[in-house]
Amino acid sequence: MALSDEDVREVLRLIDESDLAELLIETDSFKLHVVRGASSQFPVPSSQPETNEPVNGERSTVNGHGATIDAPMLGTFYRAEAPGAAPFVDVGARVEPDTTVCLIEVMKMMNSISAGVAGTIVEVCADNAALVEFGQPLFRVEPA
Amino acid sequence: MALTRVFIANRGEIAVRIVRACRELGLECVVGASQIDMDGLAAELADRVVCIGPAPAGESYLRPELVVQAALGTGCDAIHPGYGFLAENPRLSALARENGIRFVGPPSEVIELAGDKLRAREVALEAGLPLVPGREVATLAAAEEFASESGYPVLLKAAGGGGGRGIKLAHGDEELRSLFGIAVAEARSAFGDERLYVERYVADARHVEVQVAADEQGGVVHLGERDCSVQRRYQKLIEEAPAPFLPERTRDALTAAGVAFARAIGYRNLGTVEFIVDAAGGEFFFLEMNCRIQVEHPVTEAVTGRDLVAEQLRIADGQPLSFTQDELSFEGHAVECRLTAEDVSRGFAPSPGRLTRFAVPEDIEGLRVDTHCRDGALIPPHYDSLMAKLIGHGAGRDEAIEIVHEALERLEVEGVETNAGLLAAVLDHPDFAHGRITTHWLEEAMV
Repeated sequence: MALSDEDVREVLRLIDESDLAELLIETDSFKLHVVRGASSQFPVPSSQPETNEPVNGERSTVNGHGATIDAPMLGTFYRAEAPGAAPFVDVGARVEPDTTVCLIEVMKMMNSISAGVAGTIVEVCADNAALVEFGQPLFRVEPA
Repeated sequence: MALTRVFIANRGEIAVRIVRACRELGLECVVGASQIDMDGLAAELADRVVCIGPAPAGESYLRPELVVQAALGTGCDAIHPGYGFLAENPRLSALARENGIRFVGPPSEVIELAGDKLRAREVALEAGLPLVPGREVATLAAAEEFASESGYPVLLKAAGGGGGRGIKLAHGDEELRSLFGIAVAEARSAFGDERLYVERYVADARHVEVQVAADEQGGVVHLGERDCSVQRRYQKLIEEAPAPFLPERTRDALTAAGVAFARAIGYRNLGTVEFIVDAAGGEFFFLEMNCRIQVEHPVTEAVTGRDLVAEQLRIADGQPLSFTQDELSFEGHAVECRLTAEDVSRGFAPSPGRLTRFAVPEDIEGLRVDTHCRDGALIPPHYDSLMAKLIGHGAGRDEAIEIVHEALERLEVEGVETNAGLLAAVLDHPDFAHGRITTHWLEEAMV
């Protein structure tokens, strides 16, 4: 996957609009690391994970057999970022640990959930717009 | 009843108690449980259980947004918060209301007002309630000035505290000086509010509280009082109703004061107005109001014959109180013991674990047991250690004590340590029998 100048500008615009302090995008073909307001030319990675940052799926858990992506929180499960939009992932999709697979809404706060595992989605286990409980399997994944 | 389905945002024995009240009223109920409580008794008895988060309360039972989201997602039209956790959290009350869900408790403004000890004192003063002499102090010099006027000892209290938290006792100038800075720092870190007030210390006091109920139509009644003087570090162990060894005129004045305060603060639903009663003179002073169902509500249920949790749900439904003050009568005496999973011999260390055996005698007349425990149940380390409440109701105090005593002796618990021996020892003690109990009695008697 190649990254155009336009893509980079778009990424920067998204970061500008968010309250992210730091963003790291890494694939096989490229790596983009952006730090907002960094004073150092060589930003040192923060030693403490940003536990208050809601927009990530680091807490999403994968069960012992690596077979499911479980809800890291109770909330309303959304497969796409807006009604009518294409789902983040569908059966057959290839995911990386940081691939966003769904949103979980808790009192109007949208939390984007990452796969936490690399593999292929083989089943979507929860209904769109339904309540999902903490720990409930959302997707079944065939590990890579 | 307009309500159809109640979300129970709690665990343990009180969640079981609320399930039973819902059953009584023909209401469906959904229990919001943490992961570790998913196979608990309340979860099993409810129509549905949803896992609201992992075991630590900060990620489950203490999260108002998860509770409201779960209630919405399960089609509930009311949230019962029980006691502890979010029961007196104004945000849960407000968030529920914003989302069209009835909160089984007072509105957020009332919870906030009652939770601010300084403003609550002002309300009490305006309502004509006696207050322990004291005032807000911004500086150490002001606290010292108060102490020199009233004499030592004095209590330093955090305005945002309550339930025995945020209180320091100073016996003299030196101690006051050393505690003042700590008290300010603690008030700020623990309650986010560094305001302090100082008050005279009533050394030999009994803790007596008045149960009130208020509906949305403006009706307010009291359901008598309870004595909860057997405490350790402000944690109650044994409660009873009516309060024993209390002159009738004091009892009448207390219950009237409880109603007056509930009216003045605009109270709704069930609540408790707490007082301290000077053991020597019988003089009483307003302490604080608790905006929730209390752990010890069964002793009041026993002597009034009323189901207080069902009454809470009816009030939340918008119904007027199901009884008037005149219709309430009091019969007999009730004593409650709180059985906890604590190792008394090791400084009351919590004793969590899996219960290999839990059985309470079922053939004792006048005994009620509220519990979520059974063979195989887990007492998790994440929450408070209350296992069961043993309530004895008899014609008189001695009979009530005897009932609970027999229950404690015949109780079978294996797998965790409990305080059953201590509870029985208190019931056996001549001081308890003769009413020579103050809030310090237990700690002094154990030395």
